[in-house]
Amino acid sequence: MTRTPGQRLLVALPYLWLLVLFLAPFLIVLKISLSDLAVARPPYMPQFDLSEGWAGVAAFVDALDVENYVFLAEDSLYINAYLSSLRIAAISTVITLLIGYAIAYALARAPRRWRPTLVMLVILPFWTSFLIRVYAWIGILKTEGLLNQALLSVGLIGEPLTILNTNTAVYIGIVYSYLPFMVLPVYATLEKMDESLLEAAADLGSSRLAAFFLVTLPLSLPGVLAGCFLVFIPAIGEFVIPDLLGGSETLMIGKTLWVEFFNNRDWPLASAVAIVLLALLIVPIVLFQRQQMRQEIGT
Amino acid sequence: MTAPFAPWADPAASPLIEIRDVTKRFGAFEAVKSLSLNIYEREFFAILGPSGCGKTTLMRMLAGFETPSEGAILLDGEDLSPVPPAKRPVNMMFQSYALFPHLTVEKNIAFGLKREGTPSGEIAERVTDIMRLVQLTDFARRKPDQLSGGQRQRVALARALVKRPRLLLLDEPLGALDKKLRQETQFELMNIQETLGTTFVIVTHDQEEAMTVSSRIAVMRAGELAQVATPADLYERPESRFVADFIGEVTILEGRVSGADAVGATLSAMEGAPDLRVATDTLPPLGETAWLALRPETVTITPDRPEGADNALPGTVLDIAYLGNLSTYHVALADGRVVKAQESNRFGANRRGITWEDAVWVSWEEDAGVLLQA
Amino acid sequence: MRRFSWFNATSLALGLAFLYLPILILVVYSFNESRLVTVWGGFSTKWYGELFRNEQFLEAAWVTLRVALVSATVATVLGTLAAYALVRAGRFRGRTLFSGMIYAPLVMPEVITGLSLLLLFISIGMDRGIVTITLAHITFGMCFASVVVSSRLVAFDASLEEAACDLGCTPVQAFFSVTLPVITPAIVAAWLLAFTLSLDDLVIASFTSGPGATTLPMKIYSQVRLGVTPEINALSTLLIGVVALGVVAASLAGKRMEGRADP
Repeated sequence: MTRTPGQRLLVALPYLWLLVLFLAPFLIVLKISLSDLAVARPPYMPQFDLSEGWAGVAAFVDALDVENYVFLAEDSLYINAYLSSLRIAAISTVITLLIGYAIAYALARAPRRWRPTLVMLVILPFWTSFLIRVYAWIGILKTEGLLNQALLSVGLIGEPLTILNTNTAVYIGIVYSYLPFMVLPVYATLEKMDESLLEAAADLGSSRLAAFFLVTLPLSLPGVLAGCFLVFIPAIGEFVIPDLLGGSETLMIGKTLWVEFFNNRDWPLASAVAIVLLALLIVPIVLFQRQQMRQEIGT
Repeated sequence: MTAPFAPWADPAASPLIEIRDVTKRFGAFEAVKSLSLNIYEREFFAILGPSGCGKTTLMRMLAGFETPSEGAILLDGEDLSPVPPAKRPVNMMFQSYALFPHLTVEKNIAFGLKREGTPSGEIAERVTDIMRLVQLTDFARRKPDQLSGGQRQRVALARALVKRPRLLLLDEPLGALDKKLRQETQFELMNIQETLGTTFVIVTHDQEEAMTVSSRIAVMRAGELAQVATPADLYERPESRFVADFIGEVTILEGRVSGADAVGATLSAMEGAPDLRVATDTLPPLGETAWLALRPETVTITPDRPEGADNALPGTVLDIAYLGNLSTYHVALADGRVVKAQESNRFGANRRGITWEDAVWVSWEEDAGVLLQA
Repeated sequence: MRRFSWFNATSLALGLAFLYLPILILVVYSFNESRLVTVWGGFSTKWYGELFRNEQFLEAAWVTLRVALVSATVATVLGTLAAYALVRAGRFRGRTLFSGMIYAPLVMPEVITGLSLLLLFISIGMDRGIVTITLAHITFGMCFASVVVSSRLVAFDASLEEAACDLGCTPVQAFFSVTLPVITPAIVAAWLLAFTLSLDDLVIASFTSGPGATTLPMKIYSQVRLGVTPEINALSTLLIGVVALGVVAASLAGKRMEGRADP
């Protein structure tokens, strides 16, 4: 296929933009993660000095080392933060899936003329500020908050529960914020499922429950997978939710990176934290992308 | 020689399925109106009708996906209504085939047997047998989206048949196939039905298909049965204009009954022309409106008035549809009404050089047509 | 067979309650007379008044709005081009990398995107401020925009463009006279998405901003860390109201446009 210069420009413009502002920054992060902390501006060394020519490049490469990564591996704080992020993200994803599936299933079964409105209702909160939605939970979950007031007044509990500043609050926050990302892909697969498949299953002797597990669930797996990726991947690196709702026990890598960067001003170490986090995410991201591609080909 | 298969004519035979006064309403709309029908063991029964006539609703009530608003459906004399679809000895082949896209051909077919809790050895055996019957053995491991339309149709058939239902329902089973494949498959279906002896009920809007495959046809119209009869009876002795028109090509001439005796009636159909003579065994009331239904192949077309024909009318050739073996002539009568006449191209009018705009005569014997009072 | 059972109705009702109750509570308490946000002290709009007298908030809002308007617009243009390249340009060298760079930011943790952009700006010696925030927002906004637009483009029959060319349009004319009108609803949706994401962003803005450029989320965040305050509730209510109105208006306009496009 031959292309006109105009068509080339069409591809080149967004392509270049992403190369400069998405790919290049990662290479810089990688480089800095191999540098050492310095009391300077910017606070790391070595600095790349082109004026010295090839010798400068050689000296620059020589000065890079994996010291930061060794430090990460040796300090249990970081390893724990990674593991704890994975665990919190995984648990939240499972809870989001259970709640999200029930909602998506109900949406797909709602009368056809209500569906657009109901779907809109599920998406609408996503358009309002994420920060504000997380903030809203502080007032609800804190010790003298509305949830405790409500539970106390109906006599379900004798004394207020401590929910805010615990992992439980983080789970609630993640589930709440990411719910639409689970509901929508699952709903999309359930909605386009041919109704006669369920009738066929019943006709061939399945109870409703059996038909759900043998037909509906397997057929909605692409949506479930997409939903899980869309929740799990960003949840690992989440910063706002653990920072506002979590407590001292809540260890999440996004928060660790933030603290390392803004409070300790250790840019090389923060970069190393980011690179390791990225390495952790590469596998699910690639899996997610392949699944998306397969979906695109499928449709 | 054995007697022809006709359990419906035998008063001692008890039906497999008895539909008793069944009505089905959706809100205010009556899809099926107090309909009664018997279907016998080993029948290949067709329910035929235009879309929206209630045929699919009737079938879905047989399968158990809809419950009758009134009336009952009995299988072997027992009421089916409390039995959910999953427990009925009735299986359905869906119009969309409804093959499970995530399962292979083999697993699709085994699905129902597994639900029954059939031992795995027997499942394997029965699945293998049925796949051989429908010639799917080579495709056992494929997924539905890797099959052609005809193959999918056979998987759907095998999946329903492998459960050995008392009654197999087929919802427009060949609708998705192209014409040539459809004709081949019709004969395949008949062979399979004969081999297994299962009772088949097929729902279709294609009258040719219904005529080809079935032992009896129920023609439905607006939720009611218009006529239930064998294909030949339906074609030769329709009971209403609707049935006559729905099955095959027909010319319908309206007129007034001007005379009637033991062997026939006369119909005044056109001013200035002699009354038409029709053989009939039911005496129509004098003076009432009635209709003469004429199949095109019973009408002869000639350039001159034929000698000794029971009925003959002059007209002009309006149109000629060449069908290869046959040609159909549309002849406009003096008052503008059109009579269709069909002639074989080997011997017929074509040889005599009849063409557009020619003045001709159409003629038929008194027993050629049927006199209809509805 | 597809029945809307009690179980379905209940899960939907509970789900919607879960989604909306926190927001509702927030809105209700923004009209609370008492400074104690969990104790109802009577109806009052005084916090809205205080909000409008708080110059820091107003200034932050102005910064955020400017960033969002510019970044959403540029992101939509670039995103539409990217979508067009992905869907229509066929195979070209580096297509896999390109589609990877489009999809990756959608799931990339914000802390990583923020950190990497900041380090880029520093290493090329760019002063941080409103410009760098805008550049960062364009980058992730265009990825979301391109996903939205390309989903519409995929559904759009390429033979329409071919028909236009066949009838004498140049490719550019075909794009403007056939493709653009069809994908306009998607472009509007993409702009709205990029705009909201920009309004909403805390993490990336915190990394890429410099002294003197504080966005509204950054301002809110610094307040929220200190605890729940009625002013924040009032501000949140305003933002929620604006967004809700915007989304409803956009979807109504979208419906009308759809209706015109395929009656």
